[in-house]
Amino acid sequence: MVLGTYKEVVAARSTDKQIQKIAQDGGIVSGLFCYALDEKLIDGAVVAGPTDVMWKPEPMVAMSSDEILAAAGTKYTFSPNVWMLKKAVRQYGLEKVGTVAIPCQSMGIRKMQSYPFGVRFLADKIALMLGIFCMENFPYESLRTFISEKAGVDFDLVEKMDIGKGKFWIQTADELLSIPLKETHGYEQSGCKVCLDYVAELADVSTGSVGTPDGWSTVFVRTDAGDTIFKQAVEAGVIETKPMDDVKPGLGLLEKLATDKKTKAMKVIDERKAMGLPVPFKGSGEKEDPLANV
Amino acid sequence: MSILARIKSFFGMEAKPDKNASQEEVEKVAEEKAKPRIGYIHLSGCTGDGMSLTENYDILAPLLTEMVDIVYGQTLVDLWEMPEMDIALVEGSVCLQDEHSLHELKEVREKAGLVVAFGSCAATGCFTRYSRGGQQAQPNHESFVPIADLVKVDLAIPGCPPSPEIIAKTVVAVLNDDMDYLQPMMDMAGYTEACGCDLQLKVVNQALCIGCGTCAMACQTRAVSMTNGRPEINSDRCIKCGVCYVQCPRSWWPADRINQDLGL
Repeated sequence: MVLGTYKEVVAARSTDKQIQKIAQDGGIVSGLFCYALDEKLIDGAVVAGPTDVMWKPEPMVAMSSDEILAAAGTKYTFSPNVWMLKKAVRQYGLEKVGTVAIPCQSMGIRKMQSYPFGVRFLADKIALMLGIFCMENFPYESLRTFISEKAGVDFDLVEKMDIGKGKFWIQTADELLSIPLKETHGYEQSGCKVCLDYVAELADVSTGSVGTPDGWSTVFVRTDAGDTIFKQAVEAGVIETKPMDDVKPGLGLLEKLATDKKTKAMKVIDERKAMGLPVPFKGSGEKEDPLANV
Repeated sequence: MSILARIKSFFGMEAKPDKNASQEEVEKVAEEKAKPRIGYIHLSGCTGDGMSLTENYDILAPLLTEMVDIVYGQTLVDLWEMPEMDIALVEGSVCLQDEHSLHELKEVREKAGLVVAFGSCAATGCFTRYSRGGQQAQPNHESFVPIADLVKVDLAIPGCPPSPEIIAKTVVAVLNDDMDYLQPMMDMAGYTEACGCDLQLKVVNQALCIGCGTCAMACQTRAVSMTNGRPEINSDRCIKCGVCYVQCPRSWWPADRINQDLGL
């Protein structure tokens, strides 16, 4: 089960033309949050919002569709969204909070919900967790270094970044540049090297570009809460879907990449254990499914 | 619906549908069992942990009247002699200069089946770690240590205070003999030297930090912020409760419980 437990997987995209224009891929996160806000299924959402520094996001509480759209698109560096959840509840007074989370963030949130030792009256207020696929994350300086040194582009001129087809893509106003993905290796943060989750296995709904054509996203519907909201959004015509079997490259590529990430991580986990370094996950000899996120 | 089932549904702890039959059995057994005798022992703490317990408004009345017997506790029970107890919740650290506290703690260990370090003062020393004595009304009271320094502790529930939810979840787990849920708390009985700097020493220094921000969210005194994707500790605000490290997804990882809670 390298793709985690799910009820349904589809190819999907937001039907909103404005979202299609600014979103990273299918605009699933933007589309679902805007819909959930409009329908009052959530009171607000914690997202990675823009700051004065280009490509350096900070968590923000978005209370309107405009604020959601201002935060659209992937930033390949840290935005500690989990931090902002408490503020969303205590300072913004939200009762139903949405949040977008990469796999490690979803792990922090889910652990807090199952074991809320020092976290009071927050666990039951997470109404919608949208997970995004994640292979690795980069410190801001790493990102700046390989974009300015390897691609030779001023960071401030970059309009969009993307990972796909084995390359890191950099879009400026007048050119599209790329760096082979393997040249970014060594720049990622090392905490990612023991991560066993590629497709946000613990989110309510998880999504990412891999598996579907440009402008579309692969969507896994995982929990009951995610199922309810996703179905409503599709019914309302906010999201359109296609069967996964009808699109290229399809689930096979996702399975391959998930297996690659997990296999590499298990090697690092086993090596760390052999060296006596701490690691919260089981070694490959200690679990039934050697690639499970345990 | 039984009280236990009501409490569990309130906290989203229902079993998956296919397990309902066996779950009902467990509940039946739990209800037929004698009510656990609980004692509340108050050492050097601020009473915040006890107050957090009472914040379980929705379930407190049935919990106290129908599910457990409070058999000992200052202000709770009119009893001088400490009775035998199944579970002793100990709030507060223990002062080495206070003969009465030392005696009481040793007696708790003899009289109680399970000794629970309830709240961070009992578990890690927490705020009382900063004491240097010289204060009224007892200027000679200067050395406060977690109770596990003196007696064997079976479970630790850190938090300053522990949330109402974790208290209720723990009570339900004890009533259900759900040892899997309690295991992390058994492991934490040995975590007595806590500090915000654990994030640096045990997570960042060990190449495990992923910058998710869970520690900063969990910190109950806002001593943790995130700078360039890493936790930064304001040591003037840190009370050494241990919650940041305990909540970190890279300190320990309860995968099975999470999947069960999510119905995955």
